[in-house]
Amino acid sequence: MESVSRVKLGAAKSIGAASRLSGRGGGTSLPGKVLLRLQDDAIARLANDLPRGAVVISATNGKTTTASLLASVLKRSRIPVVHNRAGANMAGGVATALLDATKKGHVQGEIGLFEVDEAWTARIVEQTQPSVLLLANLFRDQLDRYGELETLADSWQQMISGLPPETCVVLNADDPLLAGLGAGRANTLYFGLTDTSHAEPVPRHAADSKFCRVCGAPLEYDAVQVGHLGIYRCPNGDFARPEPQISATKITTHGMDGSEFTISTPDGPIDAELPIPGLYNVYNAVAATAAAHALDLSAGAIAGGLAAARAVFGRVETLQIAGHSVALMLIKNPTGANEVLRTIAEEAPPFDIWIALNDKIADGRDVSWVWDADFEMLAEKVRMVTCSGTRAEEMALRLAYAGIDRSRIVVERAIEKSFDEAVAGAVRSATPIFALPTYTALIELRTAIAKRGDAPTYWGG
Amino acid sequence: MAGGPTLRVCALYPSRMNIYADRGNMLLLQHRCEARGIGFELTASEAGEHVDPASHDLFYIGGGQDSDQVQIAEDMRATKRAALASAAEDGKVILAVCGGYQLLGEYYELSDNKVEGLGIVDLRTVREPGERLIGNVIIEFEIDGSPRVLAGFENHGGRTYLEAGCTPLGKVLKGHGNNGKDGHEGAHVNNVFGTYLHGPLLPKNAWFADHLTQLALGSAVQLEPLEDDLEDMAHASAIRAAGGNSNLAKLSK
Repeated sequence: MESVSRVKLGAAKSIGAASRLSGRGGGTSLPGKVLLRLQDDAIARLANDLPRGAVVISATNGKTTTASLLASVLKRSRIPVVHNRAGANMAGGVATALLDATKKGHVQGEIGLFEVDEAWTARIVEQTQPSVLLLANLFRDQLDRYGELETLADSWQQMISGLPPETCVVLNADDPLLAGLGAGRANTLYFGLTDTSHAEPVPRHAADSKFCRVCGAPLEYDAVQVGHLGIYRCPNGDFARPEPQISATKITTHGMDGSEFTISTPDGPIDAELPIPGLYNVYNAVAATAAAHALDLSAGAIAGGLAAARAVFGRVETLQIAGHSVALMLIKNPTGANEVLRTIAEEAPPFDIWIALNDKIADGRDVSWVWDADFEMLAEKVRMVTCSGTRAEEMALRLAYAGIDRSRIVVERAIEKSFDEAVAGAVRSATPIFALPTYTALIELRTAIAKRGDAPTYWGG
Repeated sequence: MAGGPTLRVCALYPSRMNIYADRGNMLLLQHRCEARGIGFELTASEAGEHVDPASHDLFYIGGGQDSDQVQIAEDMRATKRAALASAAEDGKVILAVCGGYQLLGEYYELSDNKVEGLGIVDLRTVREPGERLIGNVIIEFEIDGSPRVLAGFENHGGRTYLEAGCTPLGKVLKGHGNNGKDGHEGAHVNNVFGTYLHGPLLPKNAWFADHLTQLALGSAVQLEPLEDDLEDMAHASAIRAAGGNSNLAKLSK
């Protein structure tokens, strides 16, 4: 018996082929959308074919990287994976991944690996009935789309209370908004960072969840790692960071080259080398390790998988443009941007920045967030900054008020043109350049560059 | 600057009422004072702290999550209502944005309860069926007979209605405004300004930052013009994002 009729699968697949051939993109979620139109429970039916079930990953920041790290570990474990593509993380993207994996009406693959948009998580969880649900963090992001953080956390609480006991829920112990969601639940695994040597003294301005969810008192922090993630407790004793079973210790960072650390697990320590930079990526690696642990994957596969990590679709990748390296890093919300800025600010100055602020629906229409991110970290370090995107002007103003001299700021709304000019300037002055686009600006840039043969197309990864 | 003018700003509950990057407003006020050699003093007044209305020229309150606002409403009535009412009476500048704007009124309704506000401005905020009012917004009003434009972003579930005798801040040109029905946006009484244009509205409207600064410091202080190339471009960009006519950007020069 086919899970979904082959006629429907065939029809949806042909739409995908046509859309990819046209070269206009959309091949990563359109076929799935068509399939869901033909069969509204297609995700549940197809996911049911997966012998090891599914892993669902959600978070404000890092879900694409975390999923990609776990995919790398699964690959080392020789487990065939059905994995949705970067950013195609709503129902259409998940359905497309499953559809692409079907042969003769059945999904070929052992396990599903789905990164899912926060607002879609409950629906995808209900459909896929995952064996592992990983919730990694909640930060202030696109309030016009997702609504308030507390509301989202409450809805996740409800989602978790509806899960069967055999689902392993993996939570970030360092996120006070999420850690409480596992209270009283047996099959819950916590991860976190135990080494506090890279911590910041106080939460940054954009930190969100600084108050106890039980009594409302301001949380006390022994260490702040990223945003509001860290080692915290309620001063009235209502709530404290749970002890993580999977945690990073002895973290050494090597700038843009990545970091080394030891991951402590109930099965013994794992020495990890991670070739992507920033403390935020240590979080992603430990989150992926926790999910791998829940799936009983070996320490060797975990260490090998992390070491083989490569940057995915704009999450710190290096483009070669006319022989010059351009490090590309997605920014989309204050905490994510702060971590990117922290990473760049450790590089030797001076350097150039190209930053593209778009306000399309997938970016969030509201660009207020740039005033929450600490662009002050760039002051005194940049040679030139080029501001691009639909809201280039507000970005430029933000940088001026962050202390960057106006003579160093260029405004040019057109993505490709401004990028080319910024890179040409960096090449002429032999200055390193970092490119920081929001989501749709990244896609526009990648598409433009791919046409010229400098980078792979995004579904080819 | 010894003896020179100083803008003394009091930010109310900045650790909680900051959800849409309200700090951008403080940055504008501060940098523009510093560029003119005017002193700038920023005081935070958090829960449980009393406010001395005579020690400040301008009060600011931003928006927060619903859960924060319920707690803050209670504290504000207990520790700050009298001071803010007297500040308003004395012509001090109060800029209240988004959730802070709702708190100025008699009450505002949440999905499951009704929160008593400060009652400084004669307005009420209710729930009505329908979606949240979200998007870019432009409003127009007159200052000393000349038309001026504010551009920004709104995101609110509550619908605000002004009582007779309470004037709106402006007329909605694009977007929803107070309630999506009567074409009004915000409220303006004496030097109290309330608006749904949330978070960093002053960066999008540097002229308004100067207007508030002038009102707060009084007409004896002259504000020199600044090199506002990027400010003008950001203002025009916010107007364009809301679908406004490019000529609107010229009104505020």
